[in-house]
Amino acid sequence: MSVDALSSFRVTTGTRASGAFALVAAALIVIAFAAPLFVSRSVIQNLFFILTMLALAQNWNLLAGYAGLVSVGQQAFVGIGAYAMFGAVILGGMDPVAAIAVGGVAAVLLAIPTAFFVFRLYGAYFAIGTWVIAEVARLVVAQWKSLGGGTGTSLPRDATRSIWGQEAVAALFGVRGPHAADIVSYWLALVLVIATIGFIYRLLRSRQGLGLAAVRDNQDAARSVGVDALRLKTLVYLAAAFGTGLVGALIYVQKARISPDAAFSVVDWTAYVIFIVVIGGIGTIEGPIVGIIVLFLLQNALSDYGSWYLLLLGLIGIAVMLFAPRGLWGFFTDRTGIELFPVRRNLIVAPGATPDKGGPHG
Amino acid sequence: MPILELDQVSKSFGAVPAAEAVSFAVEPGEALGIIGPNGAGKSTLFNLITGNIGVDSGRVLFGGEDVTRAPPMRRCLAGIGRTFQIPQPFQRLTVFENVLTAAMFGNRSSQAEVSGDCARILVDTGLVAHANVPAGKLTLLQRKRLELARALATGPKVLLLDEIAGGLTEAECGALVDLVRAINARGTAIVWIEHVLHALTSVVNRLVVLDFGRVIATGEPAAIMASRQVREIYLGIEV
Repeated sequence: MSVDALSSFRVTTGTRASGAFALVAAALIVIAFAAPLFVSRSVIQNLFFILTMLALAQNWNLLAGYAGLVSVGQQAFVGIGAYAMFGAVILGGMDPVAAIAVGGVAAVLLAIPTAFFVFRLYGAYFAIGTWVIAEVARLVVAQWKSLGGGTGTSLPRDATRSIWGQEAVAALFGVRGPHAADIVSYWLALVLVIATIGFIYRLLRSRQGLGLAAVRDNQDAARSVGVDALRLKTLVYLAAAFGTGLVGALIYVQKARISPDAAFSVVDWTAYVIFIVVIGGIGTIEGPIVGIIVLFLLQNALSDYGSWYLLLLGLIGIAVMLFAPRGLWGFFTDRTGIELFPVRRNLIVAPGATPDKGGPHG
Repeated sequence: MPILELDQVSKSFGAVPAAEAVSFAVEPGEALGIIGPNGAGKSTLFNLITGNIGVDSGRVLFGGEDVTRAPPMRRCLAGIGRTFQIPQPFQRLTVFENVLTAAMFGNRSSQAEVSGDCARILVDTGLVAHANVPAGKLTLLQRKRLELARALATGPKVLLLDEIAGGLTEAECGALVDLVRAINARGTAIVWIEHVLHALTSVVNRLVVLDFGRVIATGEPAAIMASRQVREIYLGIEV
């Protein structure tokens, strides 16, 4: 097959908006790292909530939005990550920050056998299967007596008083121990979010990302053009479990108190996360970022209304699904064409490079 | 040695046989046509060859190797390319990305290695003007062209074409015939299911006739079309 006649073509992915955004993003990251210098402890705690929920949402979006694996059992990995961290600290005497890595590894170790089961299920059955596994994990962990059983436990004081970097931060910023611990947790959350988004963006632009999109759109056709669908989905499932486990462990380093019901909460770690992704725009990196901002604003505006808050959240979710099925970001990008994290590979053929002969159908 | 061989392949859906002891072979570089009334099991036969559906009994050999139990991905890598009768595009990927996916995964190659071939295929199939359009926005005819483009991009040794000529104008059909001939001339074997018989017979040198999952005739197009049995099955269809 000759390529001579088409020597002047190229493949591009960037857009002008994305180039400008890269600079803005770099500036934002610098400001975010410096934030503890000029904002109060309660703002740092709010930012910690935003960042950890964003990291969870990015992981769920990777699963559901890109691999088509709609899981409602990601709380299994939050819980197991958190409990593994607690175990490593209480039973293994590790530093809580170092133990976060144990949380990520534990989540992967749980994901390997569960993948074996849930990948035999499709669609709604997959969703229910993941939920069942999360419940089983919760019930098993509740039997773990040395970690408080069903009532839970707290991190020992001497562990929370001297986590890695805490003393240095306390001295540097002139703040007290708990405040310094929050700053350390916040920085870790920031690193986790940047690493998660960076990993997902790289994945999507890679060869595997293209295969993944093909599997999401049409698994049969993808297999027929040589894509190993099962391998790609397994890779994504394990990667999302690792990321979710790390976030779970980090959240509970900051909380310092754990119980099975809280750590394996389907509402806190999956329902809110789905809300974030669906409101913001599933299948885009920008979507969860928009979604977490919306959730945070709603929470602050409506927190005085008790259970009306959850009702309103549900109504807003339904309204967005009906009127902007691709989420707020999808709604925006459909009208403006602006993408901050472009993935599309555009073929640019220079005018005159194509031969005069048309295609077979004119 | 045949490049593709079916040996007593059978498949039933419940009580309905879709393929009953089907045997035929395709030589390298050959162009074979498959005809038969609707429901004769033609598309099922393709799914059995590509592995999208598993056989109940019998063997599928490709390049002399038994691929009966191999998944579709392995058969694609071995050199079986196919189009779907009902187009199955990757909706949210662009036309170029659809073809690029097939080229990269079907040949185990990098984007840089295959981009040129993809661009060439898009020109050949008349899709280059739509290269950056999401496949979900294409018309049915464009989707059928995309099926062909994507199958070509996997670099097949045998190309299975499932009703790609329906609904075309005479000029478009002529151009399609030229393209399929050119692909065949480059050494790719063609197995083509088609109801548009004049297009089919101007490309293939042998016909297999299926009815109720059975091979009822095999031979030269002219002889097949002259046979009474085939004419009876095709009664009402213009030859």
